[in-house]
Amino acid sequence: MTSATLRHSVWILRGNPLTAVAAAGVTLFILIAIFGPWIVPYDPIVSNVSEALQPPSAAHLAGTDQLGRDVFSRLIIAARLDLAIAVSAVGISFVIGAVVGAFCGYAGGKLDRGVGRFVDVMMAFPLFVLAMAMVAALGNRIENIVIATAIINLPFYIRFARAEVNVRRNVGWVEAARACGESHFSVVLRFLLPNILPAMAVQISLNLGWAILNAAGLSFIGLGVKPPTPEWGIMVAEGARFISTGRWWLVAFPGLALMMAVLCFNLLGDGMRDILDPRMRT
Amino acid sequence: MSETLLEIDDLHVSFSTRRGLVEAVRGVTLTVEAGEMLGLVGESGSGKSVTGFATTRLLDAAGRVTGGKILFRGQDVTKLRGDDLRQLQGAAMSMIFQNPRAALNPIRAIGLQIADAILTHKRISKDAARAEALELLRAVQIRDPEARMNAYPHELSGGMCQRVMIAIAISCNPALLIADEPTTGLDVTTQKVVMDLLADIAAARGMATILITHDLGLAARYCRRIAVMERGRIVEEASPRTLFSTPQHAYTKRLVAASPTATSRIEDLVTDEEREGYAAVVNMARQEPAHGTPPLLEVRKLAKRFDQGAAAVADFSMTMSGGESVGLVGESGSGKSTTSRMICRLIDPSEGDIVFDGRSIGHVASRDFHRSPLRKDIQMVFQDPNESLNPRFTAFDCIAHPLMRLDGMRAGDALRRRVEECAERVGLPLDLLPRFPHQLSGGQKARVGIARAIACRPRLLVLDEPTAALDVSVQAVVLQLLDRLRRENDIALLFVSHDLNVVRMLCDRTIVLRNGGIVEQGESRALFENPKTDYTRKLVEAIPHIETGPALAAAL
Repeated sequence: MTSATLRHSVWILRGNPLTAVAAAGVTLFILIAIFGPWIVPYDPIVSNVSEALQPPSAAHLAGTDQLGRDVFSRLIIAARLDLAIAVSAVGISFVIGAVVGAFCGYAGGKLDRGVGRFVDVMMAFPLFVLAMAMVAALGNRIENIVIATAIINLPFYIRFARAEVNVRRNVGWVEAARACGESHFSVVLRFLLPNILPAMAVQISLNLGWAILNAAGLSFIGLGVKPPTPEWGIMVAEGARFISTGRWWLVAFPGLALMMAVLCFNLLGDGMRDILDPRMRT
Repeated sequence: MSETLLEIDDLHVSFSTRRGLVEAVRGVTLTVEAGEMLGLVGESGSGKSVTGFATTRLLDAAGRVTGGKILFRGQDVTKLRGDDLRQLQGAAMSMIFQNPRAALNPIRAIGLQIADAILTHKRISKDAARAEALELLRAVQIRDPEARMNAYPHELSGGMCQRVMIAIAISCNPALLIADEPTTGLDVTTQKVVMDLLADIAAARGMATILITHDLGLAARYCRRIAVMERGRIVEEASPRTLFSTPQHAYTKRLVAASPTATSRIEDLVTDEEREGYAAVVNMARQEPAHGTPPLLEVRKLAKRFDQGAAAVADFSMTMSGGESVGLVGESGSGKSTTSRMICRLIDPSEGDIVFDGRSIGHVASRDFHRSPLRKDIQMVFQDPNESLNPRFTAFDCIAHPLMRLDGMRAGDALRRRVEECAERVGLPLDLLPRFPHQLSGGQKARVGIARAIACRPRLLVLDEPTAALDVSVQAVVLQLLDRLRRENDIALLFVSHDLNVVRMLCDRTIVLRNGGIVEQGESRALFENPKTDYTRKLVEAIPHIETGPALAAAL
């Protein structure tokens, strides 16, 4: 990051405090994901039945669950898994989707129509059900959650990249790049893709939130992450059994963590568009 | 003495932007008499359109009138509210915009759109409004108006759409019509027809018109009074004759000099003070190639058909020798852009061959031509400088790109020196090199585009309307630059343009294209002075020329 970019980012953040808050939130989540194991007050796995189902207190900030495990510690440990699933899933679908979409949008013709119909077919499925079916068929493992989440995100990236490249394929600087000796292949990879990145970044950030929700959703219905591994979705699922007896903290805190993560990524997405777009720089 | 219709007194308009308040109009004073046509001329950013928008109260939310008065029939427009304002807009004054297609509703038949405009201001039945709409279509001379009533904007040509816009604008018999660049983007022949129509209608109905344009020639042809704007101020106001023969203000002088006339030469496009140094270049006679030298470029029976459609180009043949400049003129759809891209080997011809320097390149697929050693010999300057530079490349990167790709240079001091040398050759200040395209002006971007194209020292430069998006004063500089490059470096220029004045000045020979075929070709001077075909004659006559009487010659 050059100093000009940095200055520009600071300028944007100052004019848009919400983005700054979201960026701080995302940074916090990432720090928690990295340093979680060193900062938790209790072991997130070992049960301690004598302290089961205690409401939030100074000793247990978010209370304890039915096995006496500290909910706060479990929330912190869960951040790494949830973020890792979301980031790797979105990373895979972004790389594949952007490249496939960009080539389709540039080439047009049969390839474009073929891929376009395939994407339409995929989007006609209820995507969450598709993810459920994939995890169920491939096996109840974390890799498979990542793959399923990546696949159901793919259509959005393909469509998005296709549309963004399509409007630019005949623009002067693309022809100029070819006159400067670039092949079609490198025009797409080295010229068009970098130019659609700002728009894609917004999509990525919005999608990260959605991927977190998706992974948590799969765990919630019992697919994917298995207990006792701490994960926000499972924690909500397990806590739901106790909500009728007034143990609200088992559901509320993991739910809050999920909501905050999704919100921060979504808000950051909007802010990033302004920072990455060089035309906004003056 | 006719009645004063509009009186603008010391008008100030500001826009709030992220860099604070920007004054777009700073003290414009102007009067328009009933029934007259006033030309408001200036280059981009001069505030001429903003003045028009302020008068019709169509400024967008960021703009605000910060001072002065706009009196329309004695009533201050800037203070009108509600019903009074609606009465004013459309009924008393109306506006025609630059892009007629964008100004029309694409999903509503044009007849209904005209009727809508009538119904907004008059309490009459729908049938009566439709009947009036039909009359208006007749008035703007649309052929077969009954059938066209039900046409949608996309079924009409640009010129037709502008006629529909005129019909809407005059539907309520306004006293004042503001035409903001009404013919920019239209072909010259269409431009003349539309402007003639507008002038006739205005005269027949006694409408006053403000013609906002960047084209001094156009304003001179239709207006009896011209106000020249520069940076938010009116610097001079006079009759066209006075303006051209004895321009007072320095800016007007520059503008008048830069506007091409029927007889001007490239070296005339700047004022006397700026002309020094150019004479030496002009006097550099081009070395005639020795007799028997094979042509640099030979195009044989080139044709292009796109999927299913009719031929975009058919049976196109031409030759060019080294250092020669050839103009390729034609209206939109004539196939000139397709031809230039085939010669540049960016698209593949369907038939025919292109021989460059004795080697056939027409059969090398365009997708593989980037590997050809001839790639760097044929370079192109693209139409809109705003769109021809990669937004993520700095000016330096843009110029360095062909050097790295085609000359195999690596990042380092040698590359930096070559880029700086190219920038100097096109007159681009070196401190602009680290900037991104959006931080450069149109003229600077055009220079970067030319520097990029000449970086690898090509032998043929294809220019696709390189000055169409530029102001005349910038155009003058760019044309001189191209002419100088040709003379100094012996680069052959294939100049694609719809602007005949420019082609006549820059090109030794001219080829006139129409519907994908060659209509006429020959020495530029002869072709323009004595066109052989009706089509060429029509094109030549449509150019809005500035009268260059003896008075002007004396002034120079």
